[in-house]
Amino acid sequence: MGSNSLYGPLDPALDAGYTDAPPRMGFFTDTSVCIGCKACEVACKTWNAVPDDGFDLLGQSYDNTGGLTANSWRHVAFIEQPRSSSGAATDTPGAFAGLPVGPSSVPATNVVAARSAPDTGTSPGIPPAVDALAAAATAGTEFIGAAPSPGATGGCGSGDTSGGCACGGGSSRGGASAAGSSGGCGSGAGASEGCACAGGSSHGGASGVGASGAGAIGVGASGSGEFLGMPMTDLPGRVNEAPRSDFRWLMMSNVCKHCTHAGCLDVCPTGALFRTEFGTVVVQDDICNGCGYCISGCPYGVIDRREDDGRAWKCTLCYDRIGDGLEPACAKACPTESIQFGELDELRERAARRLETLQSQGVAEARLYGNDPSDGVGGDGAFFLLLDEPEVYGLPPDPHVPTRDVVAMWKRAGLAALTMAATAVVAFAGRRK
Amino acid sequence: MVPEADFQSYYGRPIVRPPVWTHDIAIYLFTGGLAAGSAMVAAGGQATNDPVLRVAGRATAMGALGASAFFLIKDLGRPDRFHHMLRVAKPTSPMSMGTWLLSFFGGAAGVAAAAEVAPFLPDRGVLGLARKVLPPVGAAAGYGAALLAPGLATYTAVLFSDTAVPSWNAAYPDLPFMFAGSALASGAGVGLVAAPGRSMRRMAVAGAAVELAAGHRVEHGHGLLSEPYRKGRPGKLLRAARLLTAVGAVGAVVGHRSRVVSALAGASLLAGSALTRFGVFEGGVESAKDPRYTVIPQREGLNKAGGVKVSGGAAAPPSVPGGPASA
Repeated sequence: MGSNSLYGPLDPALDAGYTDAPPRMGFFTDTSVCIGCKACEVACKTWNAVPDDGFDLLGQSYDNTGGLTANSWRHVAFIEQPRSSSGAATDTPGAFAGLPVGPSSVPATNVVAARSAPDTGTSPGIPPAVDALAAAATAGTEFIGAAPSPGATGGCGSGDTSGGCACGGGSSRGGASAAGSSGGCGSGAGASEGCACAGGSSHGGASGVGASGAGAIGVGASGSGEFLGMPMTDLPGRVNEAPRSDFRWLMMSNVCKHCTHAGCLDVCPTGALFRTEFGTVVVQDDICNGCGYCISGCPYGVIDRREDDGRAWKCTLCYDRIGDGLEPACAKACPTESIQFGELDELRERAARRLETLQSQGVAEARLYGNDPSDGVGGDGAFFLLLDEPEVYGLPPDPHVPTRDVVAMWKRAGLAALTMAATAVVAFAGRRK
Repeated sequence: MVPEADFQSYYGRPIVRPPVWTHDIAIYLFTGGLAAGSAMVAAGGQATNDPVLRVAGRATAMGALGASAFFLIKDLGRPDRFHHMLRVAKPTSPMSMGTWLLSFFGGAAGVAAAAEVAPFLPDRGVLGLARKVLPPVGAAAGYGAALLAPGLATYTAVLFSDTAVPSWNAAYPDLPFMFAGSALASGAGVGLVAAPGRSMRRMAVAGAAVELAAGHRVEHGHGLLSEPYRKGRPGKLLRAARLLTAVGAVGAVVGHRSRVVSALAGASLLAGSALTRFGVFEGGVESAKDPRYTVIPQREGLNKAGGVKVSGGAAAPPSVPGGPASA
């Protein structure tokens, strides 16, 4: 045991007795580029043959895993916040500077989207049962309050700019409807004016497609603004006045931290938990007897006991893979390099650079978590770049390894034991029989 | 009073994992303490030539020890692997230390209890030899068990404190005294039932006093983290424990002329000791279930340390207002 064996900066592999250890390996999870795809969760389960953890709908955004458990060694957290993407609250002046603030869906854009539908391949053939253009033109009006055109005869309305194509006047889309004139898009040449939607966007290609399929079947009704339940690109309940960017999503793939001072490892009474040569912490499933102490020893709530099996399980940082020079399954599967695997020293440098970049880009809330070797667990082997306070992600804001105070604890227990012995001696003192 | 503090969490989910231990462990806390207390009573009986105390103490110690082992092994996820505890001896693992302590104590207490059968053995043969050898060996073993007993009674406090369970971890200066007092009181309880006398009354009063004083500090001395010991079921259990312990101590003194009152006082002390352990156990579990007990004290610590001292703090911006809508 060295001077920092219980607390403080330390090379854990050296302290554990390895004389010729390879560099310490770890994860840097950059949550700023996480897209919440959960590929890490799936890859981890697949590689490590981790059993399923139930197929629940938790009602907590896209998180249906809930947290790290014996059966989830990676967990993607989803946080929905009424803030701009920079982290500023919606009523902060300038929070949306430079960002689009209009609604993200208007009938005009819906029409464009409908036109870009794939060719049905039935030319001249059978028109689709539902007129996509007509539906698109109505969808959205209920949110922005624009009255659909009463006189519309086709999906695009007829040159009447107040109709289904209630668009922002730009006329740059010459190509759009000229080609569509055969069917639904109303009245010939005029249409090129009328449906000149969403000024300025340059969808040249939209036109050709619309031509074949947009037969104006049954669209007389569409003039009444019937909402056909088409999927929306906008948030439910959104009204025009609301800024479109008053919402942000935080996603983070959580994992075992492989602490420098690992509470689980310190308190394990069987030696089932051990420190690998890479400085990571692994449970030996042939030794663990399921005492459950590690579970209470972890300040992050990571390790857990599998109910039908009785033993403790957690991320091994793919000990079997990294020993063979492979990267862990989750890092391998991560499509955005949110999960980065490598030598811890290098990851820490990379993270510092990334933090600098983000902050120079105005992401003031970016901060690193678990990268500091002087923190309560001596630094995490798996650390993070976060965009909000740690507790928002379900991480403890300032954890410490319980064993930090174990010497003081034993001293107090020793004092209490002496008190107990003295009390008993005094109780029996002076008694003869 | 602790002011209500605002805090953020991930859908209100716990941060540290609530212990997977069941009430088996709370029972063990009691039986382990009882074994320790009664081993000390037995040794006192030995030293003062009080055979009734000695026999009662040794028998209780042995019985409580057996119960302890049973509940400890039953609570394992893999009971058939209980002996894996003996693969290593780790000072950083109070459970490892406790296992060894319990093993040695068990050996000593077992021999001491076995020695009590000596008078019933025949005079001749191998058993006759045992009849002669057992009493002195039993006496030595009895003292040995009594020597280990204070460790057995207090290591469980370190076992609980050396966890991330917020209210157990914070109470580490006081828990060992609470458990020591509780063990003394339960040992004295056995003595008061079996052979009430001056020494048992002294032990009862002293044990109860230590338990109540340390318990008061556990329940009030640790700010927000004392709260789980006062609220809900743990609060009820600990209040009942306090009452029973106090009644037991007073009853032992006031009713010392009555065998019945003494025995009732002893039973009250035993019940109080058991409820104390259940209360402390459940209080800790509650503190782990609610993220406020993890987040708020750590946040307060950070704020006291001059703002954001969390990892990477130097580079972090001034903190953003707490609640999403509070800016």
